[in-house]
Amino acid sequence: MELIDLTLIWVGIIGLGVFMYVLMDGFDLGVGILFPFAPDDESRDAMMNSVAPVWDGNETWLVLGGAGLLAAFPMIYAVFLPALYLGVFLLLAGLIFRGVAFEFRFKAGSQRHWWDRAFFGGSTVASFAQGAVVGAYIQGFETDGFRYVGGAFDWLTPFTLMTGLGVVAGYALLGVTWTILKTEGRTQQWAFRLAPWLLGIVLGFFVLVSLWTPLAHERVMSRWFDNLSWLWLFPALTLIMALAVFHWLRKRAEALPFIGSMALFALFYIGLLITQWPYAVPPDHTFWDAASDPGSQLFLLVGVLFLIPIILGYTAWTYWVFRGKVGSGGYGH
Amino acid sequence: MELDPLLLSRIQFAFVVSFHAIFPVFTIGLASYIAVLEAIAFRTGDPVYQKLSQFWIRIFAIVFGMGVVSGIVMAFQFGTNWSVFAYSSANFLGPVLSYEVVTAFFLEATFLGILLFGRDKVPPGLHLFAACMVAIGTFISSFWILSANSWMHTPAGIEMVDGLVQMTSWREAIFNASLPYRFSHMALASFITGGFVVAGVSAWYLVRGRNPRSSRKALRMCIVMLAVATPLQLLVGDLHGLNTLEHQPIKVAAMEGHWETRQGAPLILFAIPDSEAETNHFEIAIPRLGSLILTHSLDGEVQGLTSVPAEDRPPVGPVFWSFRIMVGLGMLFIFVSLAGAWQLWRGRLFESTRLLKLISLMPPLPFIAVLAGWFVTEIGRQPWIIYGLLRIEDAVTPSLSGWMALATLLGYIAVYAVVFSAGLIYLRRVILAGPDPIEAADDDRAARPKRPWSAVPAGAVELNSQRES
Repeated sequence: MELIDLTLIWVGIIGLGVFMYVLMDGFDLGVGILFPFAPDDESRDAMMNSVAPVWDGNETWLVLGGAGLLAAFPMIYAVFLPALYLGVFLLLAGLIFRGVAFEFRFKAGSQRHWWDRAFFGGSTVASFAQGAVVGAYIQGFETDGFRYVGGAFDWLTPFTLMTGLGVVAGYALLGVTWTILKTEGRTQQWAFRLAPWLLGIVLGFFVLVSLWTPLAHERVMSRWFDNLSWLWLFPALTLIMALAVFHWLRKRAEALPFIGSMALFALFYIGLLITQWPYAVPPDHTFWDAASDPGSQLFLLVGVLFLIPIILGYTAWTYWVFRGKVGSGGYGH
Repeated sequence: MELDPLLLSRIQFAFVVSFHAIFPVFTIGLASYIAVLEAIAFRTGDPVYQKLSQFWIRIFAIVFGMGVVSGIVMAFQFGTNWSVFAYSSANFLGPVLSYEVVTAFFLEATFLGILLFGRDKVPPGLHLFAACMVAIGTFISSFWILSANSWMHTPAGIEMVDGLVQMTSWREAIFNASLPYRFSHMALASFITGGFVVAGVSAWYLVRGRNPRSSRKALRMCIVMLAVATPLQLLVGDLHGLNTLEHQPIKVAAMEGHWETRQGAPLILFAIPDSEAETNHFEIAIPRLGSLILTHSLDGEVQGLTSVPAEDRPPVGPVFWSFRIMVGLGMLFIFVSLAGAWQLWRGRLFESTRLLKLISLMPPLPFIAVLAGWFVTEIGRQPWIIYGLLRIEDAVTPSLSGWMALATLLGYIAVYAVVFSAGLIYLRRVILAGPDPIEAADDDRAARPKRPWSAVPAGAVELNSQRES
């Protein structure tokens, strides 16, 4: 046993990276999901402007997640991607349409509504695919060593359909509370009206997943009910946080609903990790089975520990530069 | 008909990587050009440079966007279609690709936001800083990705243990034998590509008598750069070829169309290579020149394709022809650049309409040359995915069936067809609209209609639709 458990450190780093992705790309994918429901074109312009300068940096956390998994937990990379083959294609196709819609929409003239649809469709499909990945991770994979040996559609079950829809609703909640923070006037009023409904839907999914997961998966059932003495804290905290967000929405607070929604996501996320711990590729492989060589983990760790704070620094600076309310007009470049 | 997942995966990878590569090869060069324009504008305060920079940033935004979305596909392609390769080389590839993300991608993506939307939000010095960060990011990114790619051609610093890559030396693996040559070759290719696109568009404006002041400045800058870069590329390419001869002699044999190992090999100008019969048809060759170029002696020995068994040879035709297309275009680039530089030196460049017309036709060609170059090196690597260590047929995802690979291949072709054509249409619009007039430099913010943030001012597009209708 070494002095420091590199694998555990890497679980922390990848965990943080994926969580950063979920929060940041979550709200801009959410803005896309809400696109067709916005009151008018001016609102859509404002919503798009609010994420245009930052979406690319947000999406980069996903690339870091992919590359980081290959570096630290190659088994996850080599099992998840073949197992979710068609889902991954949907995710990427969605992200492509969403990404180019930013630049293309404003140049399209009379064709603009097509890029509105591409932005909405791409964001929704990508979010759904990510939710299905979460569901598949709970379900587990049929493997032989590091090789996936299941079928092309094993990942697509009623359970993963539901987790997919759950993440779409969750991202929409992040998107709507972000919109409250960044817009004013009619757009903001619309977002305030919509937010409580979305919060209700997200809570509904939370209850559904919490009931369905242990019933469908033996492993989770025993894990949850052996640790009931403290695990009940999670639903309790989730409920309290949700009530707080309802309250802030009623009080017309601008920043607190977004922060509260992010806190809700953090609770869901930690809950998922506790449920799955210590399995990287359930039901057979733990994070330690899935890890790369300590030498490779260490070689990357040195750089990452040095660079991630710098990245967080200049990312924060960009958000600071583009702080405040966004107009539907504004300026080109 | 039996669908072969291996063949379809290779076609898919070739398709998505080719589609992706054309964007960075342009944006690496263009990012540096924009940084230079921003720096001159910052120092001199000359509005011409600011207008030029704003114009090329609009083009950059569209192309970079397409590069980002096609690049995200690449991040997952190893796992989806080549999971055995990904898993077995993860100890090296994983950290290298991760370093690319943390040292380059975040830098590019974050500062691009400032470059595109921050001109009025940050002080001019910081805006220039953002332009430099984007440019530096593109170079760091190409360093890491080419390190990974070069390592697949000239693996070093590792040993294979039970089919898995184990590191023995990071330095040897990252700075492997072909990296310096490949990196220089690619960096020059990026400058040549960016240079010909900017020169081509500027020449096209001059032929039409539009934006004369800014177009002359831009064309002059590019011609001077190209006159240095294109001959230099010939030299670097030759050195890269000699390095390949040392480490991958069979690839060079396919490039040159040499079947037999012999002394005093000819330089084959034209032939139809025939892998079945292991010979060339309709060969036109210059005796002994092949040996002279490759070994620097008239009767040096050059290894032929038949020195290895047929299953260890790359497909000869595509490598042979791609190489000739690349070299032929390279010669054309040198000729056009030097002709331009000669006319510039005589002070006649802006009057020589025929030369300007020729330059305005150039922009598509460097892309073809770059793709041809990639075809040479990547098809020439076959049948190995890691040269000499792992064969492609052992690297493909075991659970992948033929129809899955076909479905996603068709899917990517459909998605890219839509996105790429739309991108080209919008690029055309931006180029037709041209840079903003210089006189309007000071009062354009007041006059600008309320429009969302995008790389193209609304006026330009509307003006255009009138012009086109």
